[in-house]
Amino acid sequence: MRLPEFRTPNVGVDSMEHDARLLRQWETTPGWMGILTTVDHKVIGIRYIVTAFFFLAVGGLEALLMRVQLAGPNLTLLTPDQYNQLFSTHGMTMIFLYASPILSGFSNYLWPLLLGSRDMAFPRLNALSYWIYLASGLFLYAGFVTGNGPNDGWFNYVPYASRDYNPGLNEDFYALGMVFLGISTTVGAANFIVTAFRTRAPGMSINRLPILIWGTLTASLANLIVVPAVSLAFFLLWMDRQFGSHFFDPAGGGKPLLWQHLFWIFGHPWVYAIVLPAMGMVSDGLPVFCRRPLVGYSLVALSTVATMIFGFGVWVHHMFATGLPGLGLAFFSGASIAIVVPSAVAVFAWIATIRLGRPVITTAFLFFASMILLFVIGGVSGFMTASVPVDWQLTDTYFVVAHLHYVLIGINVFPVVGATYFWFPKMTGRLLDERLGRWNFWTMFIGFNLAFLPMHLTGLLGMPRRVYTYADYGGWGILNLVTTIGSFVFAIGVLLFFVNVLKSLKSGALAGKNPWDAPTLEWSVASPPPAYNFAVIPTVASRHPLWEERIGSEGALSSIDRGMMLDHGKETIGTSALDAQPDMVLEMPADSISPLLLATGLSALFVGLLLKVWVLAGLGGAIALLAVLAWLWPRTDLREREPAHG
Amino acid sequence: MSGGPLSYLSSAGPQAQHIVPLTWYMLLVSAGVCLIIAALLWAALRRAQPQDQTLQLDRIPIERGADGARWIRIGVIASSVPLAVAFLWTMITLAAVVGPPAHPGLTLDVTGRQWWWQVAYSAPNPVDVFETANEIHIPVGVPVLVRLHGADVIHSFWVPQLAGKTDAIPGQTNLTWIQADRPGRYLGQCSEFCGNQHAHMQFEVVAEPQADFDHWVGAQRQAALAPATAAAARGLSLVEYRCGLCHRVRGTAAGAVSGPDLTHLMSRRSLAAGTLLNDSGNLAGWIQNPQDLKPGNLMPNQRLAPPQLADTLAYLETLR
Repeated sequence: MRLPEFRTPNVGVDSMEHDARLLRQWETTPGWMGILTTVDHKVIGIRYIVTAFFFLAVGGLEALLMRVQLAGPNLTLLTPDQYNQLFSTHGMTMIFLYASPILSGFSNYLWPLLLGSRDMAFPRLNALSYWIYLASGLFLYAGFVTGNGPNDGWFNYVPYASRDYNPGLNEDFYALGMVFLGISTTVGAANFIVTAFRTRAPGMSINRLPILIWGTLTASLANLIVVPAVSLAFFLLWMDRQFGSHFFDPAGGGKPLLWQHLFWIFGHPWVYAIVLPAMGMVSDGLPVFCRRPLVGYSLVALSTVATMIFGFGVWVHHMFATGLPGLGLAFFSGASIAIVVPSAVAVFAWIATIRLGRPVITTAFLFFASMILLFVIGGVSGFMTASVPVDWQLTDTYFVVAHLHYVLIGINVFPVVGATYFWFPKMTGRLLDERLGRWNFWTMFIGFNLAFLPMHLTGLLGMPRRVYTYADYGGWGILNLVTTIGSFVFAIGVLLFFVNVLKSLKSGALAGKNPWDAPTLEWSVASPPPAYNFAVIPTVASRHPLWEERIGSEGALSSIDRGMMLDHGKETIGTSALDAQPDMVLEMPADSISPLLLATGLSALFVGLLLKVWVLAGLGGAIALLAVLAWLWPRTDLREREPAHG
Repeated sequence: MSGGPLSYLSSAGPQAQHIVPLTWYMLLVSAGVCLIIAALLWAALRRAQPQDQTLQLDRIPIERGADGARWIRIGVIASSVPLAVAFLWTMITLAAVVGPPAHPGLTLDVTGRQWWWQVAYSAPNPVDVFETANEIHIPVGVPVLVRLHGADVIHSFWVPQLAGKTDAIPGQTNLTWIQADRPGRYLGQCSEFCGNQHAHMQFEVVAEPQADFDHWVGAQRQAALAPATAAAARGLSLVEYRCGLCHRVRGTAAGAVSGPDLTHLMSRRSLAAGTLLNDSGNLAGWIQNPQDLKPGNLMPNQRLAPPQLADTLAYLETLR
């Protein structure tokens, strides 16, 4: 138990000696040990971002291979098995290893800076979350590179995933890998939730949070609720496959539909979890380039939460064709139509922000603004699938493929690339190249729409999903060729993005603290920020601490340069959940090897389970236990126990 | 824009017919919303400030600006109207198409299998029961109840011009119904991913006038004719000995049921669930090399010697 310290922190202004002291307390030791032990949220955030972009590139190459196979009717470049592993791995990669981790990366990097804090609430848990993400990603890909990739789609329906029909290790890699990855998601979500409610700068009451915080917080709460469902489902599948249980096996009294319920109870909220933070990026980034605050802040924040609440009640719209009773379908159909309303709030808030502001067109702005249109296109096609009878025709055709790519690329990739243009200067101190940025944007935008807009028609003309080849019915051939061409143009656009990042990392224009003249706390510190983020803890009096003097603020002004010094050790301030009243000095843990050790032990455990090498599994479990023990051993420096007396 | 044989923007029966106008309504509302939003966005972007190369945003002053909540109010209210219409229309359509008909004129048992469709025509008299594969004949204008079964993994039964999808799930029986108002051949396709040959798991619904249908049923109920030539007789023994391990030809010793029933093989238009047209060249190719034509399917390559293949074909071609 952590004993609170009753000390009133000194208040003052920054000085050289103060900075030097903080740096000694916060900076990770250089060298290998530092790399393996760091708990700095900024380092972890960038690792998340780089790893997730790597998986985006890999998943993109998989997509291009499939698009070559589908460029014309009756092509046989890939065997059915290769195609099935490719589309399954592509889905797994983009949904689990890119779309969610990239947002965790940005949130990890940005949260403490947005919140005026020196780190996340649980820095070591943060490191653990990354190491497990990396390890489970490698674990899942180890299956793919050895020819044992998942081959039943990311949704992985039983009984096809069961051992009778799928005897290889493919599904064991996927099942265990997903349980493993679930640990990372869960601890990450818990960390975000506590961070949001505990480590905000004094005065940053709940109605002053940036929308990105609302997005990630909402997504994290959802993850904490729904990830156990999918982890359980994959665990039960593994039990069915390896130990002959019958959870999903109709011959033993099991139910194939149980899988679908468990999967989609998770799967649909997850879709919102991988778009709400990205919508938050747009809500925070767009107004900066419109030179005014976001229109309808409270409504947008509430609509974020409302979307998630509705999001828990729509999973059956993935199962309209499974023979469920009509009355039940009617409920889920209604909920799926109603969820359009909170989305409409966000769309009109963004448009009004542009219309009532003075937009300055930068690359980041182009990505954010174009996202509005892509969001609407992906939204209305989703609205079509919400209608049960229409969905009975649309589902499992290319219409749904078009829909989900407008959602995932339109509402995740576009905002994320925009967010990179926006926050890259903060992370590296250098601006991304704007000229190349325009090429980057237009190539991605045109390529994406060329690939996926005609695909709606391919679907309306009845082309089923997940087919490795097709006959040329009613113009499918030409439409698919257009999609393939578009997908390559889009890929070139993504490549230009990576080129811009690599080029600007070396030679980009220097950014300074606040290149966009943006209003929030992260722009008040150096670019890149020092290890301790804030030399003094700011006190916040509005949503736009750096714009207050210009847009007027009711009451007191925020105090950026003068605040709590907190330099007695590795410290930050703990504040109350709603009003952010300071109530406790938080002692933050030093760098630690325990997270990496725990992740290593768990990796060995999962490999042992996969190969049924029980010794390895036992050894891995033992290492993991020791790592937990070392981690949780009470320390005096964290005031987890009293110093010995006498 | 009627498109190809799997397009669902055209319909040939009451179920699909109910859905088409709703689909068009939602499609047009959706397209309209996209256009309106694009126009609003375009108008908003016209306020863009003149560029210079410096990217100095602070040259443009920050303003609190108009409150703008009106935009959200009007936008949400305006969106709610088509949403409410969509909801009501959805419920009305759902009520019209969800239930199986109370008095179906015909009841079929269709079983999804990797990767073909088994179709059983039940009858009060057990000798009248027969099975076929991948080709479902129905009389025009008659509601047909389809009981769907899954033999191995999940498949989905879909004849876009007649009805939306219903899954065939192992361990449960799902009901759907189809009705064709015009004679014709309507393509169907498995639409739940079911493994390597999900792509080649098609079937046809052949809707014909009642008299033709009755004639077809009468023919299907017959067992296979005895071979009339020496070649066909040799072929029969090969079929019983080899094909009979998996297939059935009623009236012969070939009696296994794990592959499609071959009793009236030549009455069907396609082979291997829509993979090939059923003519003697394709049939020969299929017997010899099914793994090249439909990789991963459950039928092994036969590699018969040429005389044996000729005899086998001589017999199979009598199965009309």
